[in-house]
Amino acid sequence: MTEEIIFAGFGGQGVLSMGQMLAYAGMIENKEVCWMPSYGPEMRGGTANCITIISDKMISSPIISRFDTAVALNQPSVDKFESRVKPGGTIIYDSTNILTPPTRTDITIYAVPGSEEANNLKNLKVLNMIILGAFVQARKTVEPATVMKALTSVLPERYHHLLPINQKAFEVGMSHIHN
Amino acid sequence: MGEIKLMKGNEALSEAMIRAGCDAYFGYPITPQSEVLEYLAREATNRTGMVILQAESEVAAINMIYGAAGCGKRVMTTSSSPGISLMQEGLSYIASAELPCVLANVNRGGPGLGTIQPAQGDYNQAVKGGGHGDYQLLVLAPCSVQEMVDFVKLGFELAEKYRGPVMILTDGAIGQMMEKVELFDQMPRKTDVPDWATTGRKKGQDRTYITSLFIEPEVMEKVNLKLQAKYKQMRETEVRYQTLNLDDAEYIFTGYGLGARICMKAMEIGREKGYKIGMIRPITLFPFPVDLYASIAPKVKAILDVELNAGQMVQDVILSTMGKTRVEFYGRMGGIIPEPEEILEYFEKQIIGGAK
Repeated sequence: MTEEIIFAGFGGQGVLSMGQMLAYAGMIENKEVCWMPSYGPEMRGGTANCITIISDKMISSPIISRFDTAVALNQPSVDKFESRVKPGGTIIYDSTNILTPPTRTDITIYAVPGSEEANNLKNLKVLNMIILGAFVQARKTVEPATVMKALTSVLPERYHHLLPINQKAFEVGMSHIHN
Repeated sequence: MGEIKLMKGNEALSEAMIRAGCDAYFGYPITPQSEVLEYLAREATNRTGMVILQAESEVAAINMIYGAAGCGKRVMTTSSSPGISLMQEGLSYIASAELPCVLANVNRGGPGLGTIQPAQGDYNQAVKGGGHGDYQLLVLAPCSVQEMVDFVKLGFELAEKYRGPVMILTDGAIGQMMEKVELFDQMPRKTDVPDWATTGRKKGQDRTYITSLFIEPEVMEKVNLKLQAKYKQMRETEVRYQTLNLDDAEYIFTGYGLGARICMKAMEIGREKGYKIGMIRPITLFPFPVDLYASIAPKVKAILDVELNAGQMVQDVILSTMGKTRVEFYGRMGGIIPEPEEILEYFEKQIIGGAK
């Protein structure tokens, strides 16, 4: 099993942490993992993306241009990465923000109203956890419980009071995927 | 088994520095390797008492390295392309004075101030000598975060074995990306200093003296001969490389560092399409695996060298293969990273399609 994923959105939406959390979870499950961020001027307010690869075997290139799954949190990301999903692959997108959805018919498309749900939870910062929950439910790359374990390890202890809201967000995201 | 962590290349390099019992780090921040100084400033001194100093410039940093290495201390610096250029004079002096130290170049796009995106344009500078005079750096090229850790430890061992500067030539992508790493256990700081170190004259002993100035040509030539003897020994005993799928290979993809990782993916896609592609990845760029290329050349139809530059290592591949096989080159420059698919496309068009 090898899953090659691109997470993309605006800087500040938590796109890089989503990929990092997934990589961390993969590591906890003894998988090979690689996380490659875009860095540079685009990190400062523009679009941000990261490639995350989870595999049972050694990972060759950390930088790839075709993906099994694209996770898009804004319109430019859908526009840029829809064509780069491998046939039979998956797109998961925030349907609250993205008004022109992907149109390909040879891939599986999941519309998750992430920003709307984050709004319902009264915490816009958990958007990334909602979408990550949807991703894990859709792709089963790692166990849901491992992601929460990863978050507990990554998050400094002074922020641990935020774990329940993140757990909730993650579950809300999962509940939007019926497969 | 050592501790397993998910780390950025730059952080892993820094952590390895602390664990290798490094005595001091002198450096100046520059993207894409600023995490090194940040990580060390946060972690190092409390744990091992290691000295961390932000110098006023790269020129100062390399001369601090020169001074501290001369006192027999285990020292390291890091920078990225423009900063490494500033260090070249110091490196030539350090090589001449025969002092051990490790430096890492997190290569970015150039020439000039360039771009902060990853590139491999500094191969010639690292391997052929960016400073003046007949000296060599022993150059290690990591292709993973794990090797960023391993090569710091190895780098110190080699620097101290040969009494000379060792360079870890990496790039912005490997510095910025995160992978799983196994860390080696904390090593003690060195307590004994070598007898050549300038730590004060001891009773009944001669003065120790470190210099790179040898006015008499006869003396200067002797210094050169000694250096060349060391480089010969490195060529004979320190060549390191990785090979994949050589057994049935009709074609070879080759590259170092990040370029090699991308080549591996191109090889995988190519093999799925039925092309018998093997792979050679030099780990030491100096000493270069000349014999390996020489022995493989007559057995294959072509070698495709891929680099993130205009074609620098490929010159060493051509020299090593001595015309015994066709050598093609594909590269991107200025911080653009070639995609595995475009490498394979080039291979199919130029080598398969354009077979002579």
